[in-house]
Amino acid sequence: MNKSPVISVRNLSISFGRTTVVHDLNFDIAPGSTLALVGESGSGKSVTSLAIMGLLPERIGRAKGSIALEGRELLTLSEPSMQKVRGGRVSMIFQEPMTSLNPVQRVGDQLAEVIRIHKGLRGAALKEAVLDMLRKVRIPDPEVRMHQYPHTFSGGMRQRVMIAMALACNPALIIADEPTTALDVTVQAQTLALLKDLQRETQTAVLFITHDMGVVAEVADNVLVMRRGREIESGTVHEVFSAPKDAYTRSLIEAAPSLVGKFAETRTPPQPVQGVPVSYAGDAPVLEVNDLTVRFPVRSGFFGRLTGMVHAVEHASFAIGKGETLGLVGESGSGKSTIGKAIINLAPIDSGEVRVSGQRVDYGDPQSLARMRRDVQMIFQDPFGSLDTRQTIGSAIMEPMLVHGLAKRAEAFEKMQWLMERVGLDPARATSLPHEFSGGQRQRICIARALAMSPKLIIADEAVSALDVAIKGQIIDLMIDLQKEFDVSYLFISHDMAAVERICDRVAVMYFGEIVEIGKTEDVIGHPGHDYTRRLLSAIPITHPDQRGKRPLPSVDLTKPRSPIKPLEYRAPPPSWSMASEGHFIRSAS
Amino acid sequence: MTDTTVAPSTPIDRKSSIRAFLGQLNASTWIGVFIVLALVLAAIFAPQLATHSPARQSIMDQLALPGSQFWLGADQFGRDIWTRLLYGARYSLTIGMSAILVALVVGTVIGMIAGYVGGRIDIIFMQVMDVVLAFPSLILGLALVALMGATLTNIIIAIAFTATPAFARIARAGVITQRDREYVQACRAMGFSGPRILFRHIMPAILPEVMVMASLWMATAVRTEASLAFIGLGLAPPTPTWGGMVRDGFDNILSAFHLAIIPSLAILLLVLAFNLIGDGLRDAIDPRLKDAS
Repeated sequence: MNKSPVISVRNLSISFGRTTVVHDLNFDIAPGSTLALVGESGSGKSVTSLAIMGLLPERIGRAKGSIALEGRELLTLSEPSMQKVRGGRVSMIFQEPMTSLNPVQRVGDQLAEVIRIHKGLRGAALKEAVLDMLRKVRIPDPEVRMHQYPHTFSGGMRQRVMIAMALACNPALIIADEPTTALDVTVQAQTLALLKDLQRETQTAVLFITHDMGVVAEVADNVLVMRRGREIESGTVHEVFSAPKDAYTRSLIEAAPSLVGKFAETRTPPQPVQGVPVSYAGDAPVLEVNDLTVRFPVRSGFFGRLTGMVHAVEHASFAIGKGETLGLVGESGSGKSTIGKAIINLAPIDSGEVRVSGQRVDYGDPQSLARMRRDVQMIFQDPFGSLDTRQTIGSAIMEPMLVHGLAKRAEAFEKMQWLMERVGLDPARATSLPHEFSGGQRQRICIARALAMSPKLIIADEAVSALDVAIKGQIIDLMIDLQKEFDVSYLFISHDMAAVERICDRVAVMYFGEIVEIGKTEDVIGHPGHDYTRRLLSAIPITHPDQRGKRPLPSVDLTKPRSPIKPLEYRAPPPSWSMASEGHFIRSAS
Repeated sequence: MTDTTVAPSTPIDRKSSIRAFLGQLNASTWIGVFIVLALVLAAIFAPQLATHSPARQSIMDQLALPGSQFWLGADQFGRDIWTRLLYGARYSLTIGMSAILVALVVGTVIGMIAGYVGGRIDIIFMQVMDVVLAFPSLILGLALVALMGATLTNIIIAIAFTATPAFARIARAGVITQRDREYVQACRAMGFSGPRILFRHIMPAILPEVMVMASLWMATAVRTEASLAFIGLGLAPPTPTWGGMVRDGFDNILSAFHLAIIPSLAILLLVLAFNLIGDGLRDAIDPRLKDAS
């Protein structure tokens, strides 16, 4: 580092009231380089970025030490001068592209506002600057797009607009706070590549905040790992990945998926097969889904005329054997959650049938419905939202047993205590309310509640996606252990390949409502057959910085984006399948 | 982003969380609670606290000024104002509280069902509520009482009727925001019945807002009752009601203004107290509003 650093942080401590959340932090970022600040939630990484922006909550948040931007001390700067720094010399990209743009202002106007305030451009020059920025972040048709509102932009495009706004005034430093966490992997890969390109061009320093070591391996030059407000390891990205000093850093690196990103070509050319392939482990399937189709009506106009249908799930067929785990992967909007919801009657089924233990579920018959709801349980994504905040957890675990008349109060109480122990919670805490538990513990409660019904199948809808890496591993281990003990099957819906790889026996890949590939986990991830599966897998961040550039970037889908909304008269072409190896089926391109 | 988990090994003491909630109430809320409690006690122990009989007339003591015999003076029939004020508190509080209780139960149930079921039921229920809401509550109460007759039950029903839409609206809004939460979906996925989800799981979440509404509307109910009595549609004389006392005193406002002023102050006090409680509860439940004011 021979160039003088853009930002230099020395002995930074941040406290809220009497609690100190960041202790004695030191780092420098040179022009054009990227420092990744890694840590789980609560480690103090976001607070650090707020301190640099001078956005700590007034009165209660206090920062000590020194933050020098281009040699100027920021901590003692007055608010008016700080405003010039913010957005001018330092700008920020937030995690949530859906909410960080103002929904009632045109995209071009929002971008123009930043440029006008910090550069003082007006009129035609301003418009030209806006167009220029939009072109730089590769927004197609910028002349048209600048007049549109944010809701017409996809998540990835919004994040690119955010990047444009951040870069608009040639800042010396960009703080990117989990900028790709909310994006799909393929979009994430494109966004990261764009950010890197632009950074090379402008020599901007980037402070990249993330919890994902894969992303760090992709973009960072230097890494600083934080835990509980303290630095626990720092160094260049190669040092940290090749020889992590701290056990915690090692566990973070090991949490990355291992199989993915190393796939080989399919071994034998796939052979076409007749009909719809369905396979499962064991003698009889616990769950069979045949030709399931879910559509949502699209109405428009004053009278709410039916103008089209959202084809959320199209002719999906699969089965799960006893004690088996099937992973359902795909990007947001691919219909994977809708399948789970349709099975338990939270989404309307258009056609097709669902069989649980060989018996067809009749969604119109309350008895059949009640039987299905005993046999099939669901664990939701958000452990904070899926529990009633006013109900003690003991009561929450007992309630389904009592409602379905499976046990008397005393038995239910005993079973609840036993279940709490099984999932690793102290039964004495049954009278506590959900908010007294951490995210991981709450997910344990949800698992206990699902198990209370002695179900045959548990649908886990992104059940571990909201958890920190270490906790995620624990919950997956718990789920695997409980599966062995209770011989329950899982339908594991997730976009998280590392989790899928660890827990799933088989995987089904979904793309725009259709299953495009299904087979054993090692077959699908190791020898993907469908184009989309390859694209998905190659977008997953690498696990070591040495792999940088060795892998072709996911080809950007240049064809017109497929829309799940189809006109009323649309009929899907019949799918044709081919088999690559035993139980590994690939849908042929239609 | 920032982790908000509580240290897992320390269970929270439920009693202390109630205490924490009470600790959030500001001083003016406590003043309101104190006033209402004092008035409730005065109403309950009216016979013990009264110095005369509420209906005892005495020509000798007409328009007596406050003094040792009549603490707050006497009215144009020589009745003791202090005594009538105490007994009047009984009617004001009974009518105000029971009318709001009825409105709360009926309105909340209507609003919750409308919000949860949605569709046509929602439209019909809420259209009816909107029609009721469109009338000024005093005019509506007046019409109803005039139609049904001025008995205690009828006045309660009339006031409850005017207050019901407010509760229906707030309950519906609350249910709609809760309905799509994941915990409700989880309940449905476990096969819980609609009423169970609605009353066991959603209702506790919306009750705080409903309670705030109730205490604010209690002030309105007291005022409406007094207004009805003032224009002669209250309980028939000689029953002592505050509104009736104001009207009686109005005739002699120039010669003996304390006749009208004293019951007016009582009404003001009670309305103020309910408003203080309502505002305080709202601030405690939703701390964001504190900064706004």
